[in-house]
Amino acid sequence: MRNLKALLAISLVLVSCGEGNGSSETGTYEANSGSILATETPTGKAIAETKSEFSAKGDANTGSVESHFPTAIVSMSPTATEMLFAVGAGEQVIAVDNYSYWPPEAPVVEDLAGWNPNVEAIASFQPDLVILSDSGIQQELESLGIKVYVAAAAAELEDVYAQMMEIGEITGRQSGAIAAVDHMKEKIQTLLDGMKRPDKPLTYYHELDDVLYSVTSATFVGYIYSLAGLVNIADPADQDGSSWGYPQLTQEFILEADPDIIFYADAECCGQSFKTIASRPGWSDLKAVRNGNVIQINNDVSSRWGPRLVDFLSTVSAAVSAVKIE
Amino acid sequence: MVLGAHSRSTAVVSEKLRAPWLLSGLLAVACATAASLLIGPADIEISAVLLELTDRLPLIDVNSGLSPIHANIIWEVRLPRVVLGALVGATLAISGASYQAVFRNPLADPYLLGAAAGAGLGATIAIVTGSGDGMGTFDTVPLLAFVGSLAAVALTYFLGYSSGVRRSPAALLLAGVAVASFLTAIQTFIQQRNVETIRQVYTWILGRLNTASWGEVSLLAPYALLASLVILLHRRTLDVMRLGDAEASSVGIRPQLVRLIVIIAASLGTAAAVAVSGLIAFVGLIVPHTVRLLAGSSNRIVLPLSMMFGAAFLMFVDLVGRTIASPTEIPIGVITAFCGAPFFVVVLRSNRRSLG
Repeated sequence: MRNLKALLAISLVLVSCGEGNGSSETGTYEANSGSILATETPTGKAIAETKSEFSAKGDANTGSVESHFPTAIVSMSPTATEMLFAVGAGEQVIAVDNYSYWPPEAPVVEDLAGWNPNVEAIASFQPDLVILSDSGIQQELESLGIKVYVAAAAAELEDVYAQMMEIGEITGRQSGAIAAVDHMKEKIQTLLDGMKRPDKPLTYYHELDDVLYSVTSATFVGYIYSLAGLVNIADPADQDGSSWGYPQLTQEFILEADPDIIFYADAECCGQSFKTIASRPGWSDLKAVRNGNVIQINNDVSSRWGPRLVDFLSTVSAAVSAVKIE
Repeated sequence: MVLGAHSRSTAVVSEKLRAPWLLSGLLAVACATAASLLIGPADIEISAVLLELTDRLPLIDVNSGLSPIHANIIWEVRLPRVVLGALVGATLAISGASYQAVFRNPLADPYLLGAAAGAGLGATIAIVTGSGDGMGTFDTVPLLAFVGSLAAVALTYFLGYSSGVRRSPAALLLAGVAVASFLTAIQTFIQQRNVETIRQVYTWILGRLNTASWGEVSLLAPYALLASLVILLHRRTLDVMRLGDAEASSVGIRPQLVRLIVIIAASLGTAAAVAVSGLIAFVGLIVPHTVRLLAGSSNRIVLPLSMMFGAAFLMFVDLVGRTIASPTEIPIGVITAFCGAPFFVVVLRSNRRSLG
């Protein structure tokens, strides 16, 4: 059974690497440094995909940077790509991996596979800085004389801010980074302060796919829900962290837990909708279904720890504030 | 006299299924069904489950005191899952037993002729292309898995025949190996090109009963029943064929035709089982062999008992899968191998009967 978990975990890690994840230096994968699968297409119409605050406005300091800063950046991490554009370094970016869908002007190269980066493919762009999501090919790139920055997965908001500041520093966009981080902090505070919080904490189930994989509070997504004061029904399913925070739940358990809100992130991957969820055998009697508290989540937004976190949190807080309880 | 010759020569290889074994098979199914229905991740009193079940019997009206959600868990989640597990287990086990019989090869299993690889390719294509269409109203995974499985077996049969299966059944087995490797290569390639769906593909490959519903039961049931019926009707003929094709021909049996019919039936059953439950390994191999080692190697014994013990085995294994790490699910394919392999080794070591 260990093998199985390892296999599933490997598949998760493999995919998550597309999101910028994993810490191969130690060979372990920390339970709280998670992102979820990027099962998202560029044309996603999820609720969470509202206009981003940070869509490459370049904020404070657009224009050229001093010559000793990198001007030919390759980003192999979708989250780092979003951060680069948010701090105003977008024009220094020459290529990004095939899952860097956001912002739309990011120079996506379809052959650059973020989850399985190829040294030659990256080097052929003659970059002066490469941002990786893990240190897998760091040495190989450095031996070619290319600077590497590893943007590891965040576990909490402070990690997000710190990473954005660092990306601002190495690209010569400090003031842009400060402005972007301040803006994010302010937005998040406003959202958290403005949320209606019921006396009894609401429970939720976050669905990753139609075979009932979920996330626990140990993941970054789960952490954001915790900030909003929600209680995760999946937490008992992975108390020892052996599923790396991504347990597959049994259907009986979900029905019995009867969560107040269902967040489903599998519209894109698996064609799920309120209709399909409500029509699953036995699900129509769930509180969340009866009260219409079934909320679509853009998996792309919720699985990244970049500037669009604000959009994700805004979807969550809107859902909590609008929740109908019988 | 043809009939006389038939019965004389088959006396050595054909034995009746005796009552004690029949009863133990039925008992195993009954016990596994009861345990699977009464135990589950949801915390429901056993007495309440029993009351709820009796309530549905005709002319009996009792109040189980269960909430609508708990009643749903029993009727819409647990019961269809148990029934589906039984059908899949029975189908895979009897298909495996019949493959072993027609190929006279102890290593034959239902996936031998490429059924698993074809289904895997079909399911992967469905998962990869199905993403993002937003329809979600019709699940193409079982359909493409079913088609892929049958297409793979047909391809194997075509290749095997064109390369001389009449000289040796081994040609068919080797064609199966080639087809399976080739299709698996394509499947892996597609999977690696669409890494965002890798977890769904793996979940499918490891077998899934987690989302079993009555819909899946009704998809599988007709094929499972038809395949089992056809195979069971040939149990005596298959016993005669154990003596060799020449012997069988001398009593009026057409071995090539019988082989084709049984292979088609077993492949149809396997394809339908795989389509609704993914790739569940080992059942088709160890259940028939265990039966052979314990009860005897006549197909009149092996085929019906494999069905019963296959059903019981898979229900039991699925019970372990959904409760041992509850509320987490352990994919069933892992447990069939994990529980099945050591058990089989014990049976193998403690028994000296022939595997033939």
